[in-house]
Amino acid sequence: MEVVDAGAVIPAPPAPSPSRTTPGGGVSRVALIGNPNTGKSTLFNALTGMRQRVGNYSGVTVERVEGSYCDGPGRVLTVIDLPGTYSLSAASPDEEIALSVLLGRTGEVEAPDVVVVVVDAQNLERNLFLASQVLELGLPTVVALNQVDAAEAAGMQVDAVELTLQLGVPVVPTVATRGEGLDVLKGAIRRAAELPRPERQFSLPAEAEQALAPVRACLLEAGLSRSAAAMEALRLLSVGRADGHLGGIPGLAESLERAQAALEAAGLHPRSLEAESRYGWIAEVVDAAVQRRATGAKSLTDRIDAVVLHRVWGPLIFLGLMALVFQSIFTWAEPLMDLVEGGFAALGGGVGALLPEGDLRSLVVDGIIAGVGSVLVFLPQITILFLFLGFLEDTGYMARAAFIMDRFMRGVGLHGRSFIPLLSGYACAVPGVMAARTIESRKDRLATIMVLPLMSCSARIPVYTLLIGTFIPSLTVAGIFDLQGLTLLAMYLLGTVTALAVAAVFKRTLLRGQVRPMIMELPPYRLPRLRVLLLTVWHRASMFLKRAGTVILAISVVLWALATYPKTEVAPGTPDEIAQEHQLENSILGAAGHAIEPLVRPLGYDWKIGVSIVSSFAAREVFVSTMGTIYGVGSEADEQSGALRDRLRTERDAAGAPVYTPLVAVGLMVFYVFALMCVSTVAVVHRETGGGRAGLKWAAFQFGYMLALAYGSAWVVYRAGLALGLGT
Amino acid sequence: MRWPRPSASSPSGPEVARTLADLAPGERGRVTAVGGDADAARRLMDLGVIRGTTVEVIRTAPLGDPLEVRLRGFMLTLRRSEAEHITVD
Repeated sequence: MEVVDAGAVIPAPPAPSPSRTTPGGGVSRVALIGNPNTGKSTLFNALTGMRQRVGNYSGVTVERVEGSYCDGPGRVLTVIDLPGTYSLSAASPDEEIALSVLLGRTGEVEAPDVVVVVVDAQNLERNLFLASQVLELGLPTVVALNQVDAAEAAGMQVDAVELTLQLGVPVVPTVATRGEGLDVLKGAIRRAAELPRPERQFSLPAEAEQALAPVRACLLEAGLSRSAAAMEALRLLSVGRADGHLGGIPGLAESLERAQAALEAAGLHPRSLEAESRYGWIAEVVDAAVQRRATGAKSLTDRIDAVVLHRVWGPLIFLGLMALVFQSIFTWAEPLMDLVEGGFAALGGGVGALLPEGDLRSLVVDGIIAGVGSVLVFLPQITILFLFLGFLEDTGYMARAAFIMDRFMRGVGLHGRSFIPLLSGYACAVPGVMAARTIESRKDRLATIMVLPLMSCSARIPVYTLLIGTFIPSLTVAGIFDLQGLTLLAMYLLGTVTALAVAAVFKRTLLRGQVRPMIMELPPYRLPRLRVLLLTVWHRASMFLKRAGTVILAISVVLWALATYPKTEVAPGTPDEIAQEHQLENSILGAAGHAIEPLVRPLGYDWKIGVSIVSSFAAREVFVSTMGTIYGVGSEADEQSGALRDRLRTERDAAGAPVYTPLVAVGLMVFYVFALMCVSTVAVVHRETGGGRAGLKWAAFQFGYMLALAYGSAWVVYRAGLALGLGT
Repeated sequence: MRWPRPSASSPSGPEVARTLADLAPGERGRVTAVGGDADAARRLMDLGVIRGTTVEVIRTAPLGDPLEVRLRGFMLTLRRSEAEHITVD
């Protein structure tokens, strides 16, 4: 008792202060900024390890990545990994976010106490452009001179001490991939706040200083620091208008216009003044701090590109890589999928043996375990695809793919960068839609997102596999091709070609706009860091798992309930199969299926297919497990299930004719090529198109046009097939 | 001079400036002006395409467009339509 009382009286040691830096006090928030491909993410991972949170800045589709590390007892530092940018011009959402976070103007993220600019030692000139902008913000700054090893290998000696003197802030050489220099960097971060604040290291022509003074005054009045105001004034001059976070400052637009006129009168170029001043200064810095040894040898990247971007070999290699990705889906993943499948079957059996016969056992075994298992079986495929895409991205090949495909994509009004998200769509539309963030133009991004789910994602594979395996004969065509494989290829092509065509239509109508520039770096090839790659794959795969754990689980339970209640009494001795069919037909699900039968009848479907389609609004793959439930093959219901295939083949309608003809199967596949049967995609599209009402509008529009396309195409296929006498 | 200027009587005007799009793979030029769309121009300038920068055309994409150029030790791609607004000498 006494001890506790005493504890209440003695003041507890002060908790680590979450507040801003006090003079001489601790640093609690660090922001990482740098060009893309500088190893910034590797440095972030090396600093923070697994302690990361990935979120979103509200209102914009920019990923918000935060982590933390412990720098001595009780000193936990938050690290904000800002999006990779080439400048702080605030021309893209990424740049805008980076700048407003640094200035503490986002309202949701506190301004950092220390900024770490990650600079690629191999590419100092271009990297120092961003660094010089950051220095002018006047925040305590540390420069991480990364990849010094690679620079040395390329014949470049960067003098970090000279660079420190030139920049006026500590420059720490690092090799993030090997964790070298991290301790020194942490030390520099710790003490950065005690050093003099950095400032502009070059001077503008006198006329320019004079012309910009009123703009600076205007920004100072609006609460910017002296140095930030100077930096922003110069930036606004190159942007040519008061934009984004500075939009509402009174008098700014007018003073900016006067400054532009004054500069032009003095014979200066307002738009290029910033870039030319900075690069002029950078040239001096690089002269002083970098010693180049001409190696003469062509770099490895040059030699690889001579082949990979070759007129003839380039496209062939590209096609080969795509073929490899497809091959991996269908062959490499199979043993793993068998493993998952076997695991769930064993789990179902084990749990079933523990529970008494009845509704609970049925719910757990037939509803939950079978339902979730039928989705998790795709995890190996999806993971392999994520691994592939991540690998192509981390090596630097993705930019090459955009380079090769740009002319082609431009044919439909899109950008080479749209190719990467669309390609990801073959794995899963969700990461594809998220990858569309790298497209700068809003209209291009929207067009890409709108057509992306038309790319055949892996959740359609079970639907295709079930129907092809059951109804398309395995015939050899032209000596080497299998008709089943060709049918699958046809479905992929149908989706891809339609996606491009629809994009072309959207870009000419709904999303018409000016052609956007395709200005993109081709980064040096790099061996991916396994850790970074696996972390990315893990983030993406766990998203899929979350979906399986929530949406699909819920849908499995609901579907089980809808198919189980109300209960139908059957006469004792009725065979199980007949009892199940009676049960289903009289259940709520059966009633719903009958209700929509008139709608799907013109497509050649009966109420059971209708039920399966309705239930697959949650996710396409649920179609297969619902078919399993409907046809009473329960927990074995997957696309490879022989029992389900036999049931489908022998299914007869009231008149005794087969329900499933190859024509119905093809029509059904075409329906699934187009229909947006995926709650997760709808949710992500809603978020990525702006959220709220605007996002809702886009998501609803997308769902609607895809459903119309699906229904119309399935109808055409079925009717045309009947007319051609292919109905049996 | 390797590239004679068009004569004053040429129908296309007294002086047609050469642009980055006119360079063949392997050729270099020094940038004299960056024009065209303001957003594209600023983006290029941020990346170091300013007056006086030496730019070398490395190759064109297999379909003829975009171009790959080298400047300041790194590789950049841009479309012909953007390269046409960068004059070089």
